[in-house]
Amino acid sequence: MEDKRLVEVQHLQQFFPVASGKMFEKNVVKAVDDVSFYINKGETLGLVGESGCGKTTTGRTLLRLYEPTDGRIIYDGKTIFDSGKTPMMNPDGTEMKGADGKPVYGQKTAVNMLPYRRKMQIVFQDPYASLDPRMTVGDIVGEAIDIHKLAASKKDRHDRIISMLERVGLNSEHANRYPHEFSGGQRQRVGIARALAVDPEFIVCDEPISALDVSIQAQVVNMFEELQDQLGLTYLFIAHDLSVVKHISNRIGVMYLGKMVELADSYELTFHSVHPYTRSLISAIPIADPNVSRSSQRIVLEGDVPSPVNPPSGCRFRTRCPYADAKCAAEEPVWREVSSGHFAACHHLDKVK
Amino acid sequence: MSEYLVDVQNERLSFFTPAGEVKALNDVSLHLNEGEVLGIVGESGSGKSVTAYSLMGLTAYPGRLIGGELHFNGHFINDMSEKQMRKIRGSEISIIFQDPMTSLNPVYTIGNQIREVILLHTDKTRKQAQARAIELLTLVGINEPEKRLTQYPHELSGGMRQRVMIAIALACEPKLLIADEPTTALDVTIQAQILELMMSLKEKLGMAIIMITHDLGVVSSMCDRIAVMYAGKVVEYGTVDDIFYNPSHEYTKGLLRSIPRLDEKEHKRLVPIEGSPVDMLNPPKGCPFAPRCNSCMKVCLERMPAYTDITDVHYSACWLLDKAKFEKTNGGKA
Repeated sequence: MEDKRLVEVQHLQQFFPVASGKMFEKNVVKAVDDVSFYINKGETLGLVGESGCGKTTTGRTLLRLYEPTDGRIIYDGKTIFDSGKTPMMNPDGTEMKGADGKPVYGQKTAVNMLPYRRKMQIVFQDPYASLDPRMTVGDIVGEAIDIHKLAASKKDRHDRIISMLERVGLNSEHANRYPHEFSGGQRQRVGIARALAVDPEFIVCDEPISALDVSIQAQVVNMFEELQDQLGLTYLFIAHDLSVVKHISNRIGVMYLGKMVELADSYELTFHSVHPYTRSLISAIPIADPNVSRSSQRIVLEGDVPSPVNPPSGCRFRTRCPYADAKCAAEEPVWREVSSGHFAACHHLDKVK
Repeated sequence: MSEYLVDVQNERLSFFTPAGEVKALNDVSLHLNEGEVLGIVGESGSGKSVTAYSLMGLTAYPGRLIGGELHFNGHFINDMSEKQMRKIRGSEISIIFQDPMTSLNPVYTIGNQIREVILLHTDKTRKQAQARAIELLTLVGINEPEKRLTQYPHELSGGMRQRVMIAIALACEPKLLIADEPTTALDVTIQAQILELMMSLKEKLGMAIIMITHDLGVVSSMCDRIAVMYAGKVVEYGTVDDIFYNPSHEYTKGLLRSIPRLDEKEHKRLVPIEGSPVDMLNPPKGCPFAPRCNSCMKVCLERMPAYTDITDVHYSACWLLDKAKFEKTNGGKA
């Protein structure tokens, strides 16, 4: 794997306005708040967290399906979005300082995404809702080819569609059928064929297997891996199932309430996690082995995830954290490198055992 | 009279849809002792929920029980009228549904919905019912129970609502609790809370649980026995250890191979079960799993295998086992 950054986000923020209940007043939901990470070429970065933690929003904002509130998105060395208010970052994650010691800001940028849509694609969660029921599968896959004018002739278009379908394990006779004629696993294959139709480099996989049966999940996971080997794709793999994410990812980021709390190599994260949230998340996952699950001790977290409209002050995890103290309520923990390539944001990393 | 708390024998249940008869349950047999936890696993459409619902007499139209015997706690469910069923539902057998968002009535308060069960099944007064409701909410770990009783379902989070559902289900201390994917709609950390709660309540109240799920991890940590279902059949039945460490049906084996494990140190490719789930309108003639099975033989496509006993409590329906047994008795000649 080359160590070249294909996608990078810096201090990404995505706030959504919501009605506050009072007239003329709006609250904001801080769906993604100051998230920074990068994905190397040919790598899979997994993103896990509970519902409402902002993992899907991160994926969509990264593609500018939502316009980011603040931050910077860099794709293949080119800035595709910059709010102009975010300090530049050095490659090692520290703030870039000018000669006068002040942070350096980028220029406000928002490029036309059309050429980038060819390179960055997405596979959605729900294969039942993300395919137009009135289009044939051939047209669904062909639409992207039309938009980007990739086919020279009708025959070329047809051939491309068929080769895409074959690549994902469907065949030419499926092209004339409608989505309702397919099972969940097959529909997800159509969704993947649609994403692949424009020869992308980078795919955001937004919970692509959550809606599928267990026996089908493995088929789709394997297909993602095979496609990556064949085409050198880069993935952002979003899911709430840590076992699957660990299986497919090189590195994993854990999100909680709009914040990234820990990011590390997937082996390191599963076996040597340092953040209390990651630890409880890992211990909460039941393992399909009776002897292991009988002997393992679960860390059961108290309470529920707080509302993202009114997140707790300081560290957002403190309301459920067994180590929380006054400092956690007062100060937001800093995102720092604990060991090489292993990042976490917590005040009590030394106490966590 | 059956020695088991739940004894289902050769149950057949079909849905008579306009498109044709769907044999949702095709000769299902299972049993469960008092105080035990039975896990039913299988993919969507395999008949796990239908099995459990039919025990409560909750088969939805156009479904009909067309064969077999259902015994529960001395009752013969087949012969019971709706009126008799209503008496045991909620008092001797109760259910927690998958989706806590839609299974509570949005226009009644939590208190109203808990008291309803108590007033229906016991001769407690309203005041006593209120006291019992508070006790129940405390039991399921909800703080400020008095305040919660006056709240409506939309004011509670998903995990809280599932706790309320459990409180309602436990109101009359049933002998059997059916949990239909109780944690599928919840986050993992909340799932851990709910599973922990269910296990501690089981210890406290000594009830039996039927746990319907597709998550093998949940089953392994909770259940004593497991029934693996595929296309309306129990293809394998056994203790947890039998199923996980000595699976004998090809579907069970395939299922166990296909899930990634968090505690795995090395990266191995998953071994998926190829093919698609069965179309229940046109099920295959022989063993329903045959079209997806790697060890499929000629006979599998023609005839449904009978159960082969592996131990007293472990049986499975697969021709391979039959073949192995045949070879054993005939000195290795097939």
